[in-house]
Amino acid sequence: MAKWMSVAQVKEKIIEDSAEEVTARYLEVIGKSKVNGYTKVSEKALEHARRIDSEGHDGPLAGVPIAIKDNISVVGLPNSCGSKILEGYVPPFNAHVIEKLLSAGAVILGKTNMDEFAMGSSTETSYFGPTANPWDLERVPGGSSGGSAAVVAAGEAPFALGSDTGGSVRCPAAFCGVVGLKPTYGAVSRYGVVAYANSLEQVGPLANNVADIAILMDVIAGYDGRDSTSIDSKIEYQKALVDDVKGLKIGVPKEFFGEGIHPDVEKAVWNAIHKYESLGATWEEVSMPNIKYALASYYIIAMSEASSNLARFDGTRYGFRESGENWHAMVSKTRAEGFGTEVKRRILLGTYALSAGYHDKYYLKALKVRTLVKQDFDKALAKVDLLMAPTMPNPAFKIGEKIEDPLTLYLSDVNTCPINLAGVPSVSVPCGLTDGLPIGLQIMGKPFDEPTVLRAAYTFEQNTDYHTKRPPEVA
Amino acid sequence: MITKEDVEHIGWLARIEISEQETVEYMEKLNSVLEYFGQLDELPTEDVVPTYHVAEIYNVFREDIVEECLPQETVLANTEYKQDGTFRVPKIG
Amino acid sequence: MVYENPDGIRIGLEIHVQLNKLKTKMFCGCSSDYHNAAPNTHTCPICLGLPGTLPVLNKKAVEAAIKVGLALEGEIAEETQFHRKNYFYPDLPKGFQVTQYDFPIVGKGKVVIEGEDGEHVVGITRAHMEEDPGKLVHIGSIEKSKGVLIDYNRSGMPLIETVTEPDMRSPKEARRFLDKFRNILEYLDVFDGNLEGAMRVDANVSVHWGTRVEVKNISSHKGVERALLYEIMRQKNVIRRGGKITLETRHFDEGRGVTISMRTKEEAEDYRYFREPDLMPMRVTDWIPAIRETLPELPDAKRARFIEQYGITDMHAKALTSKIMLADFHESICAQGVDPKIAATWTADVLLGELNYRDLVIGADVQGYAIICYNQKNPDIVRHIRVNDMVELVTFFAEGKISDRAAVEVIRSILDSKEEKTPLQIIEERGLLKAESDLVTMAVEETIAENEAAVQDYLGGAEKSLNFLVGQVMKKTKGTADAKTARELILKELKG
Ligand SMILES: [Mg+2]
Ligand SMILES: [Zn+2]
Repeated sequence: MAKWMSVAQVKEKIIEDSAEEVTARYLEVIGKSKVNGYTKVSEKALEHARRIDSEGHDGPLAGVPIAIKDNISVVGLPNSCGSKILEGYVPPFNAHVIEKLLSAGAVILGKTNMDEFAMGSSTETSYFGPTANPWDLERVPGGSSGGSAAVVAAGEAPFALGSDTGGSVRCPAAFCGVVGLKPTYGAVSRYGVVAYANSLEQVGPLANNVADIAILMDVIAGYDGRDSTSIDSKIEYQKALVDDVKGLKIGVPKEFFGEGIHPDVEKAVWNAIHKYESLGATWEEVSMPNIKYALASYYIIAMSEASSNLARFDGTRYGFRESGENWHAMVSKTRAEGFGTEVKRRILLGTYALSAGYHDKYYLKALKVRTLVKQDFDKALAKVDLLMAPTMPNPAFKIGEKIEDPLTLYLSDVNTCPINLAGVPSVSVPCGLTDGLPIGLQIMGKPFDEPTVLRAAYTFEQNTDYHTKRPPEVA
Repeated sequence: MITKEDVEHIGWLARIEISEQETVEYMEKLNSVLEYFGQLDELPTEDVVPTYHVAEIYNVFREDIVEECLPQETVLANTEYKQDGTFRVPKIG
Repeated sequence: MVYENPDGIRIGLEIHVQLNKLKTKMFCGCSSDYHNAAPNTHTCPICLGLPGTLPVLNKKAVEAAIKVGLALEGEIAEETQFHRKNYFYPDLPKGFQVTQYDFPIVGKGKVVIEGEDGEHVVGITRAHMEEDPGKLVHIGSIEKSKGVLIDYNRSGMPLIETVTEPDMRSPKEARRFLDKFRNILEYLDVFDGNLEGAMRVDANVSVHWGTRVEVKNISSHKGVERALLYEIMRQKNVIRRGGKITLETRHFDEGRGVTISMRTKEEAEDYRYFREPDLMPMRVTDWIPAIRETLPELPDAKRARFIEQYGITDMHAKALTSKIMLADFHESICAQGVDPKIAATWTADVLLGELNYRDLVIGADVQGYAIICYNQKNPDIVRHIRVNDMVELVTFFAEGKISDRAAVEVIRSILDSKEEKTPLQIIEERGLLKAESDLVTMAVEETIAENEAAVQDYLGGAEKSLNFLVGQVMKKTKGTADAKTARELILKELKG
């Protein structure tokens, strides 16, 4: 069995052999993993696959294994969010996307590592230790869905779910050389996904190719009455997979090619844009003057929402508890001990940004800047069909390189977080290598225009071979 | 600029115990981030409407229909601190 | 007469009311019927605030809030939304309460009460929707607690918090406001005030037009009056001794009847309100006409109509309209053709008094058929009081077949026995029909009054006239009277 298979190939293999054999094979690869991508491998995966073999299943993903980021609730599996504070917590309910996957017949391999509470771009802040980048084990896989990207890149799962608050699917997709989609806000239900920043995040798929992203989206997207922000877009994602970009207008926002961008990244992205041109698309430069304020706006909003979202982790009903002479002391000690440094920093900053006297200066200001950033997207996307830019200005950095200075780490989200402020869809696809490290091309579209975004990504894939490159370390 | 007292205050508001030594560390790191956030001040926004949400959705409701609750054992399954069907915590104040 | 308010008292109330007539909680499908349930059996991932869960708003809660708003003559907001109120407390499973902040669903309104000097208008500042926290039980007392037990059955119950202007000028007015407010809510059928914790009141009070003090979480109307009386006395004493009233929050100790300082304003929480990102704003003003249609006749209107339609006193009308089920009960009785005034007396004066005496409250009704009462301290004691029984009783009384005392006894018997008997059965079993001798006496009195000539004849010595009079009595009593008794009674009457 090939180590990297598309979903179509996996399904063929299941028919040829069995779901059990396919799952067993993935479990074997996981067993030899060098990347620490999983926080928990499911003990029931094999049994589940066997049951699908014996009982049969007519779902589109019957017997197909998948890896799930550890902030998405699955009954019977811990939901740690990469944090000590959730030690021992096992949710009694499935996330909406998990219900959808299970009814499609998917087999859950396990939960994948992440930056604690999705707060990071490197998967270094996890309580379970850092995940390594399969392309260079000394480097980070990106984050926060680093585990999901790394296991897909390392052949430990055909595809995976992550979540993207400010780039957490696209950043690790770019760093690990896989495809990752942040859907339009509202396209995928957030029910059961532990909130970091509610108004910004979406569940997103990671896979080895664009077709598999579309397959997964057809399963997980759609209306859910349990998420008040859910929207019924009725998009058929696989139908968008057409190898044709003729007449497509591409906008290149120069603000996404800012100072400090790696020259190879810039080159690779321009090569990609020229490739589109050769395939019949046109491009023009567009200006998005407020993008430079997006990062600050994004972090203020995310931290503010997070400071409230994470208040429930108080040791009272589940998870880790430190003792204290009274409830308030118990809570303060539990949170001091249970949260990692970066999470505490963000909670404190968010608390400050919402506190009396500072609410308008930080939180309200950030929301107003969000309006301006969104207007930039609206204006640009009124002129062109898609925007293209580097996903990450640089390739994967070394483990430990940026962890000490929060601001440096925050700056790596500069090209991804504006998308979350605007709520538009965005995909990262591999578009080259530099010194053996993958580079990601980011393709952004209008709200609920995933079809055009995916069509462009698919066409690029059909006409290049970047997505077939595999990491040497684990190949 | 955040002072040591500010750090202590927000630590209390957020219920995160912060040691004497940590206070200084936090103060420095938080101030460097806040300084960066300060760049927003240069952008005039008096007439800008804040965007709380990109999706302009109104009136999302559910019907008043009873659904099944969790069994008590399941509710209490994630803690060892329980008594007579309730969660047990230390005295409050 | 104008009330002078000599102590410069201003009282404002903040009232939390559970919309416990809704079937489910505010943001999840858990049943709201948890009052007799084991702890943590009416919870789900959402109202337990488990990570990853999201709220979805109960449409009926919004309709109820609009109903309340209209009944309070309040403005219904064009656009309304929810906020998070962030603070840490063990009854709060998410570390914040979902509530409304600067865009409450109901704006300025008013309620008219019977004030110290007649009709008095109490302004409503606002009313908003929010979720109830769970319930805490302290092991030992609050002060010497060894630990706290948490039951989240109540968590997520829909609440309406109503804030009044500081328009009440005495504890009595505050109590009257609460009675009236509760009455209105029950008329709207959004609220059952008999359930534990259904209404909780915070009261702001100041004397000499001075600094206000907040007394938190008082659970009964009587409690509010007592807490305010104490607090006013305390504040006056502080001022008399030259002290100053400070802005603070106090707790009412129901047992000792005193208020105790909880925290001063300097220690006040910073709630860091911000919009709840998981709930979308609402534009519901177009619901108003349809909801207005469903509004029942409210207490004041019904009271006026009762006076007019039934010719009863204002006091009776007030008592009968103090509960909508009682008002309906009265109307059903009158619909059977009994005298409305007599019916009103027996329902408002006697029945209500006897119910009160027994701690029986009206909990439900089968419209046109009965009201169902239960004992507040022992809910297993349930009594059905049927419309037909009251009609029967009132008729017996009106026809003079039973005495006042006997009618009261019938009511008592209905309330004291779980066997369901009709008044006729009780009257027969207990022999409450006006005793034979009473009837004979009546016949004798009538006979004497009607037969002046025969009486004079007898007194003049005509013995035969006595036989005539006895005959008349026998006739009046259709032969049921004993002739010897009749003779004796006539003689007694004529000689006495
Ligand atoms: Mg309140
Ligand atoms: Zn619930």
